[in-house]
Amino acid sequence: MNDRAFGFATRAIHAGTPPDPATGSRVAPIYQTAAFVFGSTEEAAELFQLRSYGHIYSRISNPTVAAFEERIASLEGGLGAVACSSGLAAQLCTVLTLARSGDHLLCSQNVYGGTITQLSVTVKRMGIDTTFAPVDDLAALSAGIRPNTKMLFAETIGNPSGVLADLDALAALAHSHGIPLVVDNTFATPYLCRPIEHGADIVLHSATKFISGHGTTIGGVLIESGKFPWGNGTFPLLSEPSPGYHQKVFTETFGEYAFLMRARAEVLRDVGAQLAPMDAWLLLLGLETLALRMEAHVRNARAIAEFLHKRPEVAWVSYTQGAVFAFGIRGGRETARRFIDALELWSHLANVGDAKSLVIHPASTTHSQLSDEELRNAGVAPEGIRLSVGLEDVADLEWDLDNALRTACGQMAESRAL
Amino acid sequence: MVGASSNALRPSYTVFSYLRTQTPFNVTPINPTIRDIDGVSAYPSLAAYAKERGAPDVVDVFRRPSELVEVTREAIEAGAKAIWFQYGVINDDAIRLADQAGLDVVVDRCMKVEYARFHGGLTTSGLNSGLITSRWQRLSS
Repeated sequence: MNDRAFGFATRAIHAGTPPDPATGSRVAPIYQTAAFVFGSTEEAAELFQLRSYGHIYSRISNPTVAAFEERIASLEGGLGAVACSSGLAAQLCTVLTLARSGDHLLCSQNVYGGTITQLSVTVKRMGIDTTFAPVDDLAALSAGIRPNTKMLFAETIGNPSGVLADLDALAALAHSHGIPLVVDNTFATPYLCRPIEHGADIVLHSATKFISGHGTTIGGVLIESGKFPWGNGTFPLLSEPSPGYHQKVFTETFGEYAFLMRARAEVLRDVGAQLAPMDAWLLLLGLETLALRMEAHVRNARAIAEFLHKRPEVAWVSYTQGAVFAFGIRGGRETARRFIDALELWSHLANVGDAKSLVIHPASTTHSQLSDEELRNAGVAPEGIRLSVGLEDVADLEWDLDNALRTACGQMAESRAL
Repeated sequence: MVGASSNALRPSYTVFSYLRTQTPFNVTPINPTIRDIDGVSAYPSLAAYAKERGAPDVVDVFRRPSELVEVTREAIEAGAKAIWFQYGVINDDAIRLADQAGLDVVVDRCMKVEYARFHGGLTTSGLNSGLITSRWQRLSS
Protein backbone atom coordinates (compact mmCIF):
# COMPACT_ATOMS: atom_id res chain seq x y z
CA MET A 1 0.00 0.00 0.00
CA ASN A 2 1.15 3.54 -0.70
CA ASP A 3 0.25 6.71 1.21
CA ARG A 4 -0.56 8.87 -1.77
CA ALA A 5 -3.70 11.01 -1.52
CA PHE A 6 -5.13 10.36 -4.98
CA GLY A 7 -7.18 13.03 -6.74
CA PHE A 8 -10.91 13.08 -7.39
CA ALA A 9 -10.87 11.87 -10.99
CA THR A 10 -8.47 9.03 -10.12
CA ARG A 11 -10.65 7.86 -7.24
CA ALA A 12 -13.78 8.17 -9.40
CA ILE A 13 -12.18 5.58 -11.71
CA HIS A 14 -10.31 3.35 -9.24
CA ALA A 15 -11.77 3.48 -5.72
CA GLY A 16 -13.50 0.24 -4.76
CA THR A 17 -12.38 -1.62 -7.86
CA PRO A 18 -8.92 -3.17 -7.71
CA PRO A 19 -8.55 -6.02 -10.23
CA ASP A 20 -10.89 -8.86 -9.31
CA PRO A 21 -8.90 -11.08 -6.89
CA ALA A 22 -10.30 -14.30 -8.39
CA THR A 23 -9.83 -13.64 -12.12
CA GLY A 24 -7.84 -10.44 -12.65
CA SER A 25 -10.82 -8.90 -14.45
CA ARG A 26 -10.01 -5.20 -14.63
CA VAL A 27 -13.66 -4.14 -14.72
CA ALA A 28 -15.61 -4.97 -11.57
CA PRO A 29 -17.54 -8.20 -12.24
CA ILE A 30 -21.32 -8.18 -11.86
CA TYR A 31 -21.86 -10.66 -9.04
CA GLN A 32 -25.38 -11.58 -10.10
CA THR A 33 -26.14 -13.93 -7.24
CA ALA A 34 -28.68 -13.94 -4.45
CA ALA A 35 -26.49 -15.77 -1.94
CA PHE A 36 -22.94 -16.86 -1.14
CA VAL A 37 -21.80 -20.28 0.08
CA PHE A 38 -20.21 -20.63 3.50
CA GLY A 39 -16.83 -22.29 3.85
CA SER A 40 -17.99 -24.16 6.97
CA THR A 41 -20.71 -24.07 9.59
CA GLU A 42 -18.29 -22.22 11.90
CA GLU A 43 -17.67 -19.58 9.21
CA ALA A 44 -21.42 -19.21 8.66
CA ALA A 45 -21.99 -18.60 12.37
CA GLU A 46 -19.20 -16.01 12.50
CA LEU A 47 -20.75 -14.15 9.55
CA PHE A 48 -24.27 -14.17 10.98
CA GLN A 49 -23.00 -12.85 14.32
CA LEU A 50 -21.19 -10.00 12.47
CA ARG A 51 -17.91 -11.31 13.81
CA SER A 52 -16.21 -11.65 10.43
CA TYR A 53 -16.41 -9.92 7.08
CA GLY A 54 -17.98 -11.54 4.07
CA HIS A 55 -21.14 -11.85 2.04
CA ILE A 56 -24.17 -13.86 3.11
CA TYR A 57 -27.07 -12.72 0.98
CA SER A 58 -27.35 -9.86 -1.53
CA ARG A 59 -30.14 -8.16 0.43
CA ILE A 60 -27.44 -7.24 2.96
CA SER A 61 -24.27 -6.97 0.86
CA ASN A 62 -22.89 -7.93 -2.53
CA PRO A 63 -19.38 -7.46 -3.99
CA THR A 64 -20.48 -5.31 -6.96
CA VAL A 65 -22.67 -3.16 -4.73
CA ALA A 66 -19.84 -2.88 -2.19
CA ALA A 67 -17.50 -1.63 -4.92
CA PHE A 68 -19.95 1.17 -5.72
CA GLU A 69 -20.36 1.95 -2.01
CA GLU A 70 -16.62 2.23 -1.49
CA ARG A 71 -16.18 4.43 -4.57
CA ILE A 72 -18.86 6.97 -3.59
CA ALA A 73 -17.63 6.91 0.04
CA SER A 74 -14.16 7.78 -1.23
CA LEU A 75 -15.46 10.62 -3.42
CA GLU A 76 -17.50 12.14 -0.59
CA GLY A 77 -14.65 11.70 1.89
CA GLY A 78 -16.71 9.38 4.08
CA LEU A 79 -15.95 6.39 6.27
CA GLY A 80 -18.23 4.13 4.25
CA ALA A 81 -21.55 3.89 2.47
CA VAL A 82 -24.71 1.81 2.25
CA ALA A 83 -26.36 1.63 -1.17
CA CYS A 84 -30.13 1.40 -1.48
CA SER A 85 -32.67 0.83 -4.22
CA SER A 86 -33.43 4.57 -4.57
CA GLY A 87 -32.66 7.95 -3.03
CA LEU A 88 -35.87 7.82 -1.01
CA ALA A 89 -34.92 4.35 0.25
CA ALA A 90 -31.53 5.71 1.40
CA GLN A 91 -33.37 8.53 3.14
CA LEU A 92 -35.79 6.16 4.88
CA CYS A 93 -32.94 3.88 5.98
CA THR A 94 -31.17 6.93 7.46
CA VAL A 95 -34.29 7.98 9.36
CA LEU A 96 -34.89 4.46 10.69
CA THR A 97 -31.26 4.08 11.80
CA LEU A 98 -31.52 7.23 13.92
CA ALA A 99 -35.16 7.52 14.99
CA ARG A 100 -38.12 5.52 16.25
CA SER A 101 -41.72 6.20 17.20
CA GLY A 102 -41.89 9.23 19.50
CA ASP A 103 -38.84 10.90 17.96
CA HIS A 104 -38.70 14.10 15.93
CA LEU A 105 -36.84 15.34 12.83
CA LEU A 106 -36.02 18.85 11.62
CA CYS A 107 -36.02 19.41 7.86
CA SER A 108 -35.39 22.26 5.44
CA GLN A 109 -38.64 23.15 3.68
CA ASN A 110 -36.68 23.89 0.47
CA VAL A 111 -36.39 20.26 -0.61
CA TYR A 112 -37.71 17.73 -3.11
CA GLY A 113 -41.49 17.27 -2.88
CA GLY A 114 -41.06 13.51 -2.46
CA THR A 115 -38.92 14.11 0.62
CA ILE A 116 -41.54 16.37 2.19
CA THR A 117 -44.23 13.77 1.49
CA GLN A 118 -42.13 10.84 2.80
CA LEU A 119 -41.46 12.66 6.08
CA SER A 120 -44.78 14.41 6.58
CA VAL A 121 -47.01 11.45 5.65
CA THR A 122 -45.32 8.03 5.66
CA VAL A 123 -42.70 8.61 8.37
CA LYS A 124 -45.23 10.58 10.42
CA ARG A 125 -47.53 7.52 10.35
CA MET A 126 -44.66 5.61 12.01
CA GLY A 127 -44.85 8.06 14.92
CA ILE A 128 -41.89 10.22 13.90
CA ASP A 129 -42.84 13.89 13.50
CA THR A 130 -41.00 16.38 11.29
CA THR A 131 -40.80 20.16 11.60
CA PHE A 132 -40.05 22.06 8.37
CA ALA A 133 -38.37 25.48 8.30
CA PRO A 134 -36.65 27.66 5.67
CA VAL A 135 -33.09 26.46 5.09
CA ASP A 136 -31.80 30.04 5.15
CA ASP A 137 -33.53 30.97 8.44
CA LEU A 138 -31.28 29.71 11.25
CA ALA A 139 -33.52 31.21 13.94
CA ALA A 140 -36.55 29.31 12.64
CA LEU A 141 -34.53 26.11 12.33
CA SER A 142 -33.12 26.54 15.83
CA ALA A 143 -36.61 27.09 17.23
CA GLY A 144 -37.67 23.80 15.62
CA ILE A 145 -35.20 21.66 17.57
CA ARG A 146 -36.75 19.62 20.41
CA PRO A 147 -35.22 17.36 23.07
CA ASN A 148 -36.25 14.33 20.95
CA THR A 149 -34.95 15.69 17.60
CA LYS A 150 -32.64 13.17 15.91
CA MET A 151 -31.40 14.96 12.80
CA LEU A 152 -31.30 18.16 10.78
CA PHE A 153 -31.88 17.51 7.08
CA ALA A 154 -31.19 19.81 4.10
CA GLU A 155 -30.33 19.71 0.40
CA THR A 156 -27.04 21.27 -0.76
CA ILE A 157 -28.89 22.86 -3.70
CA GLY A 158 -32.65 22.97 -3.11
CA ASN A 159 -34.93 21.23 -5.62
CA PRO A 160 -36.21 23.08 -7.64
CA SER A 161 -35.70 26.52 -6.07
CA GLY A 162 -31.90 26.38 -6.27
CA VAL A 163 -31.52 27.85 -2.78
CA LEU A 164 -28.08 27.01 -1.40
CA ALA A 165 -27.68 25.62 2.12
CA ASP A 166 -25.03 27.20 4.38
CA LEU A 167 -23.71 23.81 5.42
CA ASP A 168 -21.12 25.11 7.91
CA ALA A 169 -23.82 27.08 9.76
CA LEU A 170 -26.28 24.17 9.68
CA ALA A 171 -23.61 21.79 10.99
CA ALA A 172 -22.76 24.15 13.84
CA LEU A 173 -26.45 24.43 14.76
CA ALA A 174 -27.00 20.66 14.64
CA HIS A 175 -23.84 19.83 16.58
CA SER A 176 -24.62 22.39 19.30
CA HIS A 177 -27.73 20.27 19.96
CA GLY A 178 -25.91 16.93 19.74
CA ILE A 179 -27.61 15.87 16.50
CA PRO A 180 -26.16 15.09 13.05
CA LEU A 181 -26.50 17.18 9.91
CA VAL A 182 -27.85 15.01 7.08
CA VAL A 183 -27.36 16.49 3.60
CA ASP A 184 -28.89 15.42 0.31
CA ASN A 185 -26.06 16.18 -2.14
CA THR A 186 -27.81 14.90 -5.27
CA PHE A 187 -27.82 18.17 -7.23
CA ALA A 188 -24.24 19.19 -6.37
CA THR A 189 -22.52 15.75 -6.51
CA PRO A 190 -19.21 15.35 -4.68
CA TYR A 191 -17.51 16.96 -7.66
CA LEU A 192 -19.06 20.38 -6.91
CA CYS A 193 -19.45 20.10 -3.12
CA ARG A 194 -18.41 17.61 -0.44
CA PRO A 195 -20.72 18.30 2.52
CA ILE A 196 -18.57 16.29 4.95
CA GLU A 197 -15.83 18.91 4.45
CA HIS A 198 -18.38 21.47 5.69
CA GLY A 199 -19.40 19.55 8.81
CA ALA A 200 -22.14 17.26 7.48
CA ASP A 201 -22.29 13.85 9.18
CA ILE A 202 -24.38 11.88 6.69
CA VAL A 203 -24.64 12.52 2.94
CA LEU A 204 -27.46 11.14 0.80
CA HIS A 205 -27.79 10.77 -2.94
CA SER A 206 -30.36 9.84 -5.44
CA ALA A 207 -27.74 7.99 -7.50
CA THR A 208 -30.30 7.97 -10.30
CA LYS A 209 -29.22 11.49 -11.21
CA PHE A 210 -25.66 12.68 -11.97
CA ILE A 211 -24.02 9.57 -10.47
CA SER A 212 -25.73 7.34 -13.03
CA GLY A 213 -25.45 10.24 -15.44
CA HIS A 214 -27.38 8.61 -18.24
CA GLY A 215 -30.86 8.07 -16.84
CA THR A 216 -30.43 4.28 -16.83
CA THR A 217 -30.77 3.34 -13.19
CA ILE A 218 -32.80 3.96 -10.05
CA GLY A 219 -30.50 3.92 -7.02
CA GLY A 220 -29.59 5.67 -3.81
CA VAL A 221 -26.83 5.72 -1.25
CA LEU A 222 -26.05 7.01 2.23
CA ILE A 223 -22.49 7.95 3.21
CA GLU A 224 -21.33 8.60 6.77
CA SER A 225 -18.36 10.66 7.92
CA GLY A 226 -17.39 8.50 10.90
CA LYS A 227 -16.92 11.64 12.97
CA PHE A 228 -20.24 11.94 14.81
CA PRO A 229 -20.22 10.81 18.49
CA TRP A 230 -23.06 8.26 18.26
CA GLY A 231 -22.54 7.35 21.89
CA ASN A 232 -23.54 10.82 23.14
CA GLY A 233 -26.73 9.48 24.72
CA THR A 234 -29.12 10.87 22.12
CA PHE A 235 -29.14 7.72 19.96
CA PRO A 236 -30.26 4.71 22.01
CA LEU A 237 -30.83 2.77 18.76
CA LEU A 238 -27.04 2.79 18.39
CA SER A 239 -25.82 2.87 21.98
CA GLU A 240 -28.18 0.46 23.76
CA PRO A 241 -28.47 -3.33 23.32
CA SER A 242 -30.33 -4.11 20.11
CA PRO A 243 -33.03 -6.80 20.19
CA GLY A 244 -32.69 -6.83 16.39
CA TYR A 245 -29.10 -8.07 16.58
CA HIS A 246 -28.32 -10.44 19.45
CA GLN A 247 -28.45 -7.56 21.99
CA LYS A 248 -25.38 -6.07 20.35
CA VAL A 249 -24.48 -2.50 21.33
CA PHE A 250 -23.41 -1.02 18.01
CA THR A 251 -21.33 1.85 19.42
CA GLU A 252 -19.46 -0.52 21.74
CA THR A 253 -18.81 -3.21 19.14
CA PHE A 254 -18.19 -1.13 16.03
CA GLY A 255 -16.91 2.23 17.31
CA GLU A 256 -17.02 4.81 14.55
CA TYR A 257 -18.70 2.24 12.25
CA ALA A 258 -21.77 2.01 14.52
CA PHE A 259 -24.12 3.98 12.29
CA LEU A 260 -23.06 2.25 9.06
CA MET A 261 -23.24 -1.21 10.63
CA ARG A 262 -26.74 -0.69 12.05
CA ALA A 263 -27.94 0.92 8.81
CA ARG A 264 -26.86 -2.21 6.92
CA ALA A 265 -27.17 -5.13 9.30
CA GLU A 266 -30.50 -4.16 10.83
CA VAL A 267 -32.29 -1.49 8.80
CA LEU A 268 -31.40 -2.43 5.22
CA ARG A 269 -31.77 -6.09 6.19
CA ASP A 270 -35.29 -5.48 7.51
CA VAL A 271 -36.48 -2.87 4.99
CA GLY A 272 -35.18 -4.90 2.04
CA ALA A 273 -34.49 -1.88 -0.17
CA GLN A 274 -31.10 -3.05 -1.46
CA LEU A 275 -29.42 -1.98 -4.69
CA ALA A 276 -29.17 -4.67 -7.40
CA PRO A 277 -25.68 -5.73 -8.59
CA MET A 278 -26.37 -4.81 -12.23
CA ASP A 279 -27.54 -1.37 -11.13
CA ALA A 280 -24.47 -0.91 -8.93
CA TRP A 281 -22.32 -1.74 -11.96
CA LEU A 282 -24.05 0.95 -14.04
CA LEU A 283 -23.51 3.46 -11.22
CA LEU A 284 -19.81 2.52 -11.01
CA LEU A 285 -19.53 3.17 -14.74
CA GLY A 286 -21.34 6.47 -14.37
CA LEU A 287 -19.00 7.67 -11.62
CA GLU A 288 -15.94 7.16 -13.83
CA THR A 289 -16.90 10.20 -15.92
CA LEU A 290 -18.51 12.30 -13.15
CA ALA A 291 -15.81 14.99 -13.16
CA LEU A 292 -15.90 15.39 -16.95
CA ARG A 293 -19.68 15.40 -17.11
CA MET A 294 -20.19 17.90 -14.28
CA GLU A 295 -17.80 20.37 -15.91
CA ALA A 296 -19.83 20.17 -19.12
CA HIS A 297 -23.22 20.16 -17.35
CA VAL A 298 -22.35 23.33 -15.44
CA ARG A 299 -20.87 25.05 -18.51
CA ASN A 300 -24.03 24.31 -20.53
CA ALA A 301 -26.36 25.22 -17.65
CA ARG A 302 -24.75 28.65 -17.22
CA ALA A 303 -25.05 29.30 -20.96
CA ILE A 304 -28.73 28.32 -20.95
CA ALA A 305 -29.44 30.40 -17.81
CA GLU A 306 -27.87 33.45 -19.49
CA PHE A 307 -29.82 32.76 -22.68
CA LEU A 308 -33.12 32.62 -20.78
CA HIS A 309 -32.28 35.68 -18.71
CA LYS A 310 -32.14 37.77 -21.88
CA ARG A 311 -35.51 36.57 -23.20
CA PRO A 312 -38.54 38.85 -22.81
CA GLU A 313 -40.84 35.80 -22.40
CA VAL A 314 -38.96 34.86 -19.22
CA ALA A 315 -40.03 36.48 -15.94
CA TRP A 316 -37.24 35.14 -13.76
CA VAL A 317 -34.32 32.67 -13.71
CA SER A 318 -33.25 31.14 -10.39
CA TYR A 319 -29.86 29.74 -11.36
CA THR A 320 -27.43 29.37 -8.45
CA GLN A 321 -25.08 26.40 -8.96
CA GLY A 322 -24.98 23.07 -10.71
CA ALA A 323 -26.98 22.06 -13.77
CA VAL A 324 -30.57 22.04 -12.51
CA PHE A 325 -32.53 25.25 -12.12
CA ALA A 326 -35.94 26.78 -12.60
CA PHE A 327 -37.25 29.73 -14.55
CA GLY A 328 -40.63 31.42 -14.69
CA ILE A 329 -42.40 32.02 -17.97
CA ARG A 330 -44.62 35.07 -18.43
CA GLY A 331 -48.29 34.13 -18.75
CA GLY A 332 -48.36 31.61 -15.89
CA ARG A 333 -49.32 27.94 -15.79
CA GLU A 334 -51.07 27.78 -19.21
CA THR A 335 -48.12 29.33 -21.03
CA ALA A 336 -45.77 26.98 -19.21
CA ARG A 337 -47.84 24.05 -20.50
CA ARG A 338 -47.70 25.32 -24.11
CA PHE A 339 -43.94 25.86 -23.81
CA ILE A 340 -43.26 22.30 -22.67
CA ASP A 341 -45.52 20.82 -25.35
CA ALA A 342 -43.66 22.79 -28.05
CA LEU A 343 -40.18 21.45 -27.19
CA GLU A 344 -38.56 19.05 -29.63
CA LEU A 345 -35.12 18.19 -28.19
CA TRP A 346 -35.62 18.66 -24.44
CA SER A 347 -37.24 15.57 -22.89
CA HIS A 348 -40.37 16.14 -20.80
CA LEU A 349 -39.96 13.73 -17.90
CA ALA A 350 -39.61 13.48 -14.13
CA ASN A 351 -35.87 13.14 -13.63
CA VAL A 352 -32.69 15.24 -13.55
CA GLY A 353 -28.98 14.65 -14.05
CA ASP A 354 -29.19 12.87 -17.40
CA ALA A 355 -26.80 13.41 -20.35
CA LYS A 356 -30.03 14.39 -22.11
CA SER A 357 -31.56 17.79 -21.37
CA LEU A 358 -34.78 17.47 -19.36
CA VAL A 359 -37.74 19.71 -18.59
CA ILE A 360 -40.70 19.52 -16.22
CA HIS A 361 -43.37 21.66 -14.58
CA PRO A 362 -42.83 20.89 -10.84
CA ALA A 363 -46.11 22.37 -9.53
CA SER A 364 -48.14 19.81 -11.49
CA THR A 365 -45.71 16.86 -11.24
CA THR A 366 -42.76 16.33 -8.85
CA HIS A 367 -44.24 18.63 -6.20
CA SER A 368 -47.94 18.00 -6.98
CA GLN A 369 -48.61 16.23 -3.66
CA LEU A 370 -47.83 19.46 -1.80
CA SER A 371 -50.44 21.94 -0.63
CA ASP A 372 -50.39 25.50 -2.00
CA GLU A 373 -48.68 26.63 1.18
CA GLU A 374 -46.10 23.85 0.98
CA LEU A 375 -45.49 24.76 -2.68
CA ARG A 376 -44.83 28.38 -1.76
CA ASN A 377 -42.62 27.32 1.16
CA ALA A 378 -40.61 24.99 -1.09
CA GLY A 379 -40.10 27.83 -3.56
CA VAL A 380 -42.20 26.23 -6.30
CA ALA A 381 -44.04 28.87 -8.34
CA PRO A 382 -47.07 27.91 -10.49
CA GLU A 383 -45.33 29.31 -13.58
CA GLY A 384 -41.97 27.72 -12.71
CA ILE A 385 -40.33 25.33 -15.16
CA ARG A 386 -37.42 23.13 -14.04
CA LEU A 387 -34.58 22.41 -16.43
CA SER A 388 -31.85 19.80 -16.10
CA VAL A 389 -29.29 20.89 -18.64
CA GLY A 390 -27.64 17.99 -20.45
CA LEU A 391 -24.56 17.52 -22.56
CA GLU A 392 -25.88 18.32 -26.05
CA ASP A 393 -24.58 21.25 -28.13
CA VAL A 394 -25.70 24.46 -26.44
CA ALA A 395 -26.69 25.96 -29.81
CA ASP A 396 -29.14 23.09 -30.37
CA LEU A 397 -30.60 23.45 -26.88
CA GLU A 398 -31.05 27.19 -27.41
CA TRP A 399 -32.64 26.62 -30.84
CA ASP A 400 -35.24 24.39 -29.23
CA LEU A 401 -35.93 26.79 -26.32
CA ASP A 402 -36.23 29.68 -28.78
CA ASN A 403 -38.82 27.82 -30.86
CA ALA A 404 -40.84 26.80 -27.83
CA LEU A 405 -40.79 30.25 -26.25
CA ARG A 406 -42.04 31.78 -29.50
CA THR A 407 -44.75 29.15 -29.85
CA ALA A 408 -45.88 29.49 -26.23
CA CYS A 409 -45.80 33.25 -25.99
CA GLY A 410 -46.87 34.13 -29.54
CA GLN A 411 -46.23 37.14 -31.72
CA MET A 412 -46.08 39.64 -28.83
CA ALA A 413 -43.00 38.10 -27.36
CA GLU A 414 -41.41 37.65 -30.75
CA SER A 415 -41.73 41.34 -31.58
CA ARG A 416 -40.41 42.32 -28.17
CA ALA A 417 -37.48 39.98 -28.62
CA LEU A 418 -36.55 41.88 -31.76
CA MET B 1 -5.66 -9.96 24.55
CA VAL B 2 -6.16 -8.41 27.98
CA GLY B 3 -9.82 -8.45 29.00
CA ALA B 4 -10.89 -10.99 26.36
CA SER B 5 -14.34 -12.29 27.23
CA SER B 6 -15.92 -15.67 26.60
CA ASN B 7 -19.34 -13.94 26.49
CA ALA B 8 -20.30 -13.90 22.80
CA LEU B 9 -22.16 -10.61 23.23
CA ARG B 10 -19.03 -8.69 24.22
CA PRO B 11 -16.97 -6.76 21.63
CA SER B 12 -13.78 -8.39 22.93
CA TYR B 13 -15.16 -11.83 22.05
CA THR B 14 -16.01 -10.56 18.55
CA VAL B 15 -12.46 -9.36 18.01
CA PHE B 16 -10.89 -12.43 19.64
CA SER B 17 -12.96 -14.77 17.52
CA TYR B 18 -12.13 -12.86 14.33
CA LEU B 19 -8.41 -12.72 15.03
CA ARG B 20 -8.37 -16.43 15.92
CA THR B 21 -10.36 -17.68 12.93
CA GLN B 22 -9.63 -15.18 10.14
CA THR B 23 -6.00 -14.16 10.65
CA PRO B 24 -2.65 -15.94 11.04
CA PHE B 25 -2.19 -14.33 14.47
CA ASN B 26 -1.62 -16.50 17.50
CA VAL B 27 -3.97 -14.83 20.00
CA THR B 28 -4.26 -15.69 23.68
CA PRO B 29 -6.84 -14.47 26.25
CA ILE B 30 -5.53 -12.79 29.42
CA ASN B 31 -8.37 -12.93 31.93
CA PRO B 32 -8.26 -14.36 35.48
CA THR B 33 -12.01 -15.07 35.47
CA ILE B 34 -12.11 -17.57 32.58
CA ARG B 35 -10.39 -20.85 31.71
CA ASP B 36 -10.50 -20.57 27.94
CA ILE B 37 -12.25 -19.07 24.92
CA ASP B 38 -13.35 -21.59 22.30
CA GLY B 39 -10.65 -24.00 23.50
CA VAL B 40 -7.80 -21.47 23.67
CA SER B 41 -6.47 -21.49 27.24
CA ALA B 42 -6.51 -18.18 29.11
CA TYR B 43 -3.73 -16.87 31.35
CA PRO B 44 -4.63 -14.98 34.54
CA SER B 45 -2.08 -12.22 33.88
CA LEU B 46 0.48 -10.96 31.38
CA ALA B 47 3.20 -12.01 33.83
CA ALA B 48 1.89 -15.58 33.86
CA TYR B 49 1.77 -15.56 30.05
CA ALA B 50 5.32 -14.19 29.70
CA LYS B 51 6.72 -16.70 32.18
CA GLU B 52 5.42 -19.62 30.15
CA ARG B 53 5.33 -18.27 26.57
CA GLY B 54 7.84 -15.40 26.49
CA ALA B 55 7.30 -11.78 25.54
CA PRO B 56 4.14 -11.04 23.52
CA ASP B 57 4.50 -9.10 20.25
CA VAL B 58 1.39 -7.01 20.87
CA VAL B 59 -0.87 -6.56 23.88
CA ASP B 60 -4.44 -5.78 22.72
CA VAL B 61 -6.41 -4.14 25.55
CA PHE B 62 -10.14 -4.28 26.37
CA ARG B 63 -10.19 -2.74 29.87
CA ARG B 64 -11.69 0.28 31.61
CA PRO B 65 -9.66 3.50 31.19
CA SER B 66 -9.03 3.61 34.96
CA GLU B 67 -7.15 0.27 34.78
CA LEU B 68 -4.91 1.11 31.84
CA VAL B 69 -1.87 2.41 33.71
CA GLU B 70 -1.63 -0.90 35.56
CA VAL B 71 -2.18 -2.92 32.36
CA THR B 72 0.49 -0.85 30.60
CA ARG B 73 3.00 -1.49 33.44
CA GLU B 74 2.32 -5.22 33.14
CA ALA B 75 2.74 -5.08 29.37
CA ILE B 76 6.10 -3.31 29.70
CA GLU B 77 7.27 -5.83 32.30
CA ALA B 78 6.15 -8.71 30.08
CA GLY B 79 8.41 -7.32 27.30
CA ALA B 80 5.64 -6.41 24.85
CA LYS B 81 6.81 -4.59 21.70
CA ALA B 82 3.49 -2.82 21.16
CA ILE B 83 0.29 -2.01 23.02
CA TRP B 84 -3.04 -1.55 21.29
CA PHE B 85 -5.97 0.19 23.02
CA GLN B 86 -9.37 -0.66 21.49
CA TYR B 87 -12.32 1.69 20.86
CA GLY B 88 -12.92 3.96 23.86
CA VAL B 89 -10.03 2.36 25.79
CA ILE B 90 -8.21 5.64 26.40
CA ASN B 91 -6.00 6.88 29.23
CA ASP B 92 -3.41 9.62 28.59
CA ASP B 93 -1.14 8.51 31.44
CA ALA B 94 -1.06 4.97 30.10
CA ILE B 95 -0.30 6.21 26.57
CA ARG B 96 2.58 8.35 27.90
CA LEU B 97 3.93 5.48 29.97
CA ALA B 98 3.93 3.07 27.03
CA ASP B 99 5.42 5.68 24.71
CA GLN B 100 8.25 6.47 27.15
CA ALA B 101 9.03 2.77 27.49
CA GLY B 102 9.53 2.62 23.72
CA LEU B 103 6.45 0.56 22.84
CA ASP B 104 4.51 1.21 19.64
CA VAL B 105 1.12 2.55 20.77
CA VAL B 106 -2.24 2.40 18.97
CA VAL B 107 -5.20 4.20 20.57
CA ASP B 108 -8.98 4.08 19.96
CA ARG B 109 -8.71 1.68 17.03
CA CYS B 110 -10.03 -1.83 16.52
CA MET B 111 -7.51 -4.50 15.54
CA LYS B 112 -10.21 -6.40 13.68
CA VAL B 113 -11.12 -3.38 11.57
CA GLU B 114 -7.50 -2.47 10.85
CA TYR B 115 -6.64 -6.05 9.88
CA ALA B 116 -9.67 -6.12 7.58
CA ARG B 117 -8.63 -2.83 5.98
CA PHE B 118 -5.53 -4.49 4.50
CA HIS B 119 -7.05 -7.91 3.77
CA GLY B 120 -10.23 -7.08 1.86
CA GLY B 121 -12.67 -7.23 4.77
CA LEU B 122 -13.70 -3.59 4.71
CA THR B 123 -14.23 -3.83 0.99
CA THR B 124 -16.99 -6.40 1.48
CA SER B 125 -18.94 -3.95 3.66
CA GLY B 126 -18.87 -0.81 1.49
CA LEU B 127 -16.29 0.82 3.76
CA ASN B 128 -13.68 3.19 2.43
CA SER B 129 -10.44 1.19 2.64
CA GLY B 130 -8.40 3.96 0.99
CA LEU B 131 -6.77 1.37 -1.25
CA ILE B 132 -6.16 2.34 -4.89
CA THR B 133 -4.28 -0.15 -7.06
CA SER B 134 -4.28 -1.69 -10.50
CA ARG B 135 -2.10 -4.60 -9.41
CA TRP B 136 -3.69 -8.00 -9.29
CA GLN B 137 -3.65 -9.29 -5.73
CA ARG B 138 -4.53 -12.90 -6.44
CA LEU B 139 -6.57 -15.00 -4.10
CA SER B 140 -4.37 -17.52 -2.37
CA SER B 141 -5.98 -20.91 -2.09
